[in-house]
Amino acid sequence: MKMKKAAYPYILWMAIFIVIPLFLILYFAFTTGDSQNFATFQFSIDNFKRFFTPMYLRVLGRSVNLAFVSTIICLILGYPMAYIISKAKTRKRNMMVLMLVIPMWMNFLLRTYAWLTLLGRNGFINFVITKIGFKPLELMYNDKAVLLGMVYNFLPFMVLPIYTVLIKIEKSLIEAAEDLGASKLEVFSKVVLPLSMPGIITGITMVFIPAVSTFVISALLGGNKYNLIGNLVEQQFRWTGDWHFGSSMSIILMIFILITMALTSRFDKEKEGGGGGLW
Amino acid sequence: MVSRGLKRLYTFLIFLFLYAPIIVLIVFSFNNSKSRGVWAGFTFKWYVELFKDAEILKALYYTLLVAVLSAIISTILGTFAAIGIYNMPGLSKKITLNLNYLPVLNPDIVTAVSLMALFRFLKMEFGLATMLLSHIVFCTPYVILSVLPKLKQMNKHLAEAAMDLGATPFYALRKVIIPEIMPGIITGCLMAFTLSIDDFVISFFNTGNNVSNLSIEIFSMSRRGINPVINALSTLMFVSLILLLLIINKRTEKNEMERGV
Repeated sequence: MKMKKAAYPYILWMAIFIVIPLFLILYFAFTTGDSQNFATFQFSIDNFKRFFTPMYLRVLGRSVNLAFVSTIICLILGYPMAYIISKAKTRKRNMMVLMLVIPMWMNFLLRTYAWLTLLGRNGFINFVITKIGFKPLELMYNDKAVLLGMVYNFLPFMVLPIYTVLIKIEKSLIEAAEDLGASKLEVFSKVVLPLSMPGIITGITMVFIPAVSTFVISALLGGNKYNLIGNLVEQQFRWTGDWHFGSSMSIILMIFILITMALTSRFDKEKEGGGGGLW
Repeated sequence: MVSRGLKRLYTFLIFLFLYAPIIVLIVFSFNNSKSRGVWAGFTFKWYVELFKDAEILKALYYTLLVAVLSAIISTILGTFAAIGIYNMPGLSKKITLNLNYLPVLNPDIVTAVSLMALFRFLKMEFGLATMLLSHIVFCTPYVILSVLPKLKQMNKHLAEAAMDLGATPFYALRKVIIPEIMPGIITGCLMAFTLSIDDFVISFFNTGNNVSNLSIEIFSMSRRGINPVINALSTLMFVSLILLLLIINKRTEKNEMERGV
């Protein structure tokens, strides 16, 4: 076929803008020197040594922990939602999916910022609480606020892929199970749940990856003292200027993502990544 | 058996959770006071200030400029790439597809800093050009992913038949393949556009001193504390989004009516 030539410009493009940048990050990660001057670079593994000290490991632990918890919460909240939507009648179903997608089209920062208005010290929630006669709560600038921001921003990413898989499940399979005497619970646990696994897997990766690497949510809702690994990378590249250390942390983040992908793909029997996208 | 009432309540609560912050933003964009706990009367003041704010208007201009340009360029690049990838033999197809997946799967921040390293390495001036390039980098994979399924659905023999009947490959591409995969191209283009408009992380790392888009502007404003002008901006964005949806809805209904569905 002659047509394959059509991809050559893009292959060159990918080499420049995808492959080379990653090698540059690798190169930065395994060297030290003055980040501004390529001539001063020396091979070393100091960046990684520096990272594997209690202070930075704590940050990594907190990031992974928060991302993990928010993924679990999204799954627990999102699965029933996806199930309810998939069971609704066509018109209502499309309406609900649309309602789920609309907030996602709002600017991501505005949505996170909106929680500031709700959670702040003299924000809306505390206003209501004090009106009732209680003391105002400290809702901002802590773990819980960051967790809330994560769940709020990424919940649709969990619901949509699961929903896409659920509507594809053949009704006859469920009827067959019922005919053979399965209870409601058995139908769900032996038929529906296993069949919706690809959607769950897609959902988990689509929530965990942005959650573990976020720096925006923690910067807005976690306050200045609040650090996740994303914030560390941002600081190294934008303020401190130590691109070598920043790159080594990016590599560690990527390794984490690869581990997640490897773990989840073992459950994914369809190699197509059965979950749907956002459209 | 879960009762209907419980289902309804659950759905209501989830949607309340998703929409409450947006509703609060909209309500407080009309509030005649800077503090958020207090309602001090109705005002359009913040909207007036929004349109007086040169910074925000400039950011809006850059946002739209970059979104339009990156949507057009990544659609063209991606469509040709998808046609090429579709016709590749096994192994090289696999490698290309996996490479193409990298910007999709990689966390934003890793894509952002790797591009930053590249532009530094090439000694490029950070500004509009670097921001535009980085947007094309992360939008194109999505275009390819929305065009490829349409190519798979297409009847393979159509292009061959055209060429057997004397069409040059380019003519077959223009007259047969492109019209067949148009829905995928349009979806990809819209996706690129919305991704670009919404992007923060990649722009934040790859822009220069006096070029910022709306997201960067919002980020720096919100770090400085609450500003009701942002509420006004969100409200306008939300309303224009809803209007857009209604227009699309009306048009599809009209088309269905005309086709006598």
